[in-house]
Amino acid sequence: MNKYRDLVLSACLLSFFAAPGIQAAEMGRDDLNSKDKKRVAEIVKPTADFTKAESFELMQGGGATSTQSVSRDSFSHFSANLDFKGEQDFKLGNGLFRKLWVSSPSSTAASDGLGPLFNARSCQRCHLKDGRGHPPKDKLDSAVSMFLRVSIEPQTAEDIAAIESGEKALIPEPTYGGQLQDLAIKEMQPEGQMNIDYSEKEVVLKGGEIVKLRVPTYSVTKLNYGPLHEKALLSPRVAPPMIGLGLLEAIHPADILANEDVADADGDGISGKISWIGPKASPDREIGRFGWKASAPSVIVQSANAFAGDIGISSELADRPYGDCTAAQTGCFDQKTGIQKRLGDYEAPSPVLELVAFYASNLAPPARRDVDAAEVLKGKKLFYENGCADCHRPKYVTSRNAAQKEHRFQLIWPYTDMLLHDMGEGLADHRPVGSANGYEWKTPPLWGIGLTETVNGHTFFLHDGRARNLTEAILWHGGEGEASMQKFKEMDASERQALIAFLESL
Amino acid sequence: MKFSTKMTGTVFGLSLFAAIPLATPAVSAEKVDAAAVTKTYADIAEAIFTDSLNSAEALKASINALIDNPSEATLAAAKSAWISARAPYQQSEAYRFGNAIVDDWEGKVNAWPLDEGLIDYVDGSYGDSSDENALYTVNVIANKTLTVSGQKVDASNITPGFLAETLHEAEEVEANVATGYHAIEFLLWGQDLNGTDAGAGNRPYTDFDLKNCTGGNCDRRISYLQAATDLLIADLKEMQANWQAGGEARKSVTTDPAKGIVAMLTGMGSLSYGELAGERMKLGLLLKDPEEEHDCFSDNTHNSHYFDQIGIRNVYTGHYKRPDGSIVSGASLADLVKAKDAALNSELSAKLDATVQAMAVMKARAESIEAYDQMIGENNEAGNAVVQAAIDGLIAQTRVIERVVTTLGYGTIEIEGSDSLDNTSAVFK
Repeated sequence: MNKYRDLVLSACLLSFFAAPGIQAAEMGRDDLNSKDKKRVAEIVKPTADFTKAESFELMQGGGATSTQSVSRDSFSHFSANLDFKGEQDFKLGNGLFRKLWVSSPSSTAASDGLGPLFNARSCQRCHLKDGRGHPPKDKLDSAVSMFLRVSIEPQTAEDIAAIESGEKALIPEPTYGGQLQDLAIKEMQPEGQMNIDYSEKEVVLKGGEIVKLRVPTYSVTKLNYGPLHEKALLSPRVAPPMIGLGLLEAIHPADILANEDVADADGDGISGKISWIGPKASPDREIGRFGWKASAPSVIVQSANAFAGDIGISSELADRPYGDCTAAQTGCFDQKTGIQKRLGDYEAPSPVLELVAFYASNLAPPARRDVDAAEVLKGKKLFYENGCADCHRPKYVTSRNAAQKEHRFQLIWPYTDMLLHDMGEGLADHRPVGSANGYEWKTPPLWGIGLTETVNGHTFFLHDGRARNLTEAILWHGGEGEASMQKFKEMDASERQALIAFLESL
Repeated sequence: MKFSTKMTGTVFGLSLFAAIPLATPAVSAEKVDAAAVTKTYADIAEAIFTDSLNSAEALKASINALIDNPSEATLAAAKSAWISARAPYQQSEAYRFGNAIVDDWEGKVNAWPLDEGLIDYVDGSYGDSSDENALYTVNVIANKTLTVSGQKVDASNITPGFLAETLHEAEEVEANVATGYHAIEFLLWGQDLNGTDAGAGNRPYTDFDLKNCTGGNCDRRISYLQAATDLLIADLKEMQANWQAGGEARKSVTTDPAKGIVAMLTGMGSLSYGELAGERMKLGLLLKDPEEEHDCFSDNTHNSHYFDQIGIRNVYTGHYKRPDGSIVSGASLADLVKAKDAALNSELSAKLDATVQAMAVMKARAESIEAYDQMIGENNEAGNAVVQAAIDGLIAQTRVIERVVTTLGYGTIEIEGSDSLDNTSAVFK
């Protein structure tokens, strides 16, 4: 494992030296003139004044921010600055997002193509209320918005070389492919069922408060296509919140590059690195931005992969009408696809994928609440002082060259550096993907996190929903987040409370 | 199109402009006009929601008659009352967008599409173990105990509170629509199993007959129907009050008339383009899917679309014809536009009329040749074209609405790569 990590490191270092630090970022903001660069540098500097809210902090998604009243629909509003045409595309995308796909052949040809293996029949089934998924609440809870990714360590010289060069991000499990589908069309068997067992461990906070963390163990039961490979690697993933994705895509690459500190040159114990997508040698490789390990460079690629992997629907960007079938799964490639030549070459022909991606790019971050409250400002100060803001980077001004006009040149507050960080043994899935080793996760954005309970009726956080509230989520931070987590543990109860109040206001 | 105004809660362009003074349409004489215009707007809203409420109460009376004396005739009368109740309600939809208080409430009364298996028995072809919705075929009418998100839930009493608080959107799945017009529609008509062939749902009246019960659990089906109707009435009362003197919705559009005018234009444009032309019509044409129709059990979609467009025109003309034939009217947005640009007023009036005409053609076709779900079917060129003509009309009228926004002084000038940071005085002191 370390071997791959080193290779990734050196590759990133090369680009790091080619474009060093803040200067490079300024040079790199090729979308800005020199006057704008100064303005932007000024506005994105971390604040040192915690006596009042910053200008425009309330509107954490810039002009796209939704100011609709707080409700269970708070993550479902469209970017407030869309024009009428944009609103239509959003609503068409929404219709497709909730659409149920059916197995072929059916009476509604345009809906054909489900599976053969799948995790859900619609996007919305996992992305509940466009918000955050959750693990099963108990053994009876079938409303799961979570699955297991699977792969194996590279076994052959060829595979090792392909991983090293970046040609491949992972080696799929020989029988079960890249993820475990727990459902199938009626002609096929589902692959198996995810099983979670929790044990507990206690953490003592200053003042004696005891927090019990639940430690999950994952396994697969009811395997219908034989045993998993002995070197199989599993990685559980809940559906992440959908808000603000288009704005994250509009962050200029130079700003992400400037966040990077692969060798921890500044000695702060934090060494974020970019998740590169594509062969290392390729000048066209892209920055990964989406997914828990930043494995997709854009919303549309993420959407295409989800269509293919989760629902079994092919599109121009993921031409896999058989979804995640493998040759080892007898009959899987014999099933009928939903491709209708008169409608196009894919099960989701144009403009279906584009509309879904447009929808996913335009779910508006909600306006903040209580942005001026003393408790919130106190928590904000602690958030900065504790080093939380070093990775959960507060603000950016998006690129003037963003694909969609509503996403251009917006002051946004996502609280992420878009980089991968080693989060320690506790959170490790031991399953490398592309640039990310088995300990690394992308800093997830925090905007909207305070409305999770309002929208989704739960407060399960982290990539697998193991944390049952924000305090537990913080306490799980290890590795590069360890120092900040320790500081949190050593805070007075009132300070911890204030920090949580700040997060709740996002 | 962006509206730079002070209000919050509308769907447009709040962003950083919220903090700065606005370009309000200037002179005081016009302000008086704007105030009169928004008063008419609120008066028509009050009338529409009053008519919606009254027609829902008439629906309740006809449902009681069905329950007291189940027959073909009483079921037909209840269906007819439902269709009548839709006419004023659909005209209220032009108020939904632009008025957050209406939009936040709307999901309770008009949510669709719904997974009918949540409510009652369904045909075998519906599928019995759908994964996308664990409650897909839970059939609350047949089951006194449900499992929602792993919790046992007592469903022995089907009350308005149970429908609104426990069943509606259960397990965070939006298709779990337990309340509103479409839940009642399903109970009265039953599933439409005809695909893109002719015919609506065909539930037998004996499904409500305690003595000769078909479909099982007639007592619980009756409870459900009554609870859903009572809830609809309560929700409509709430919205009626919001538009009466002193009500929040009325205050929000009349206190600051500029804000009211923007709500009017936003409502017209958003309903025209995104909601109606887009989600409710174009998507169906794109997918050729008979499920993609708004009133799918009753085959009343043509009326729903038609009255949406009438509602849009009402907002512009300041003129609403009530079900009893009387008229509510007053100073109008049309007057306001005419004073600024008479040609623009003529153009928008003509476009709105043309869309009404295109909708009328669709409505006539639905009433004489084929239902809406057949019109959107594959290989139905003539039907598709009729629907497309209405979509084109909606889009064309929105383009003129956008120009009205600019003419009245509510548009911000589009600057290349505009928005927050281009307003340097706001962001960079």
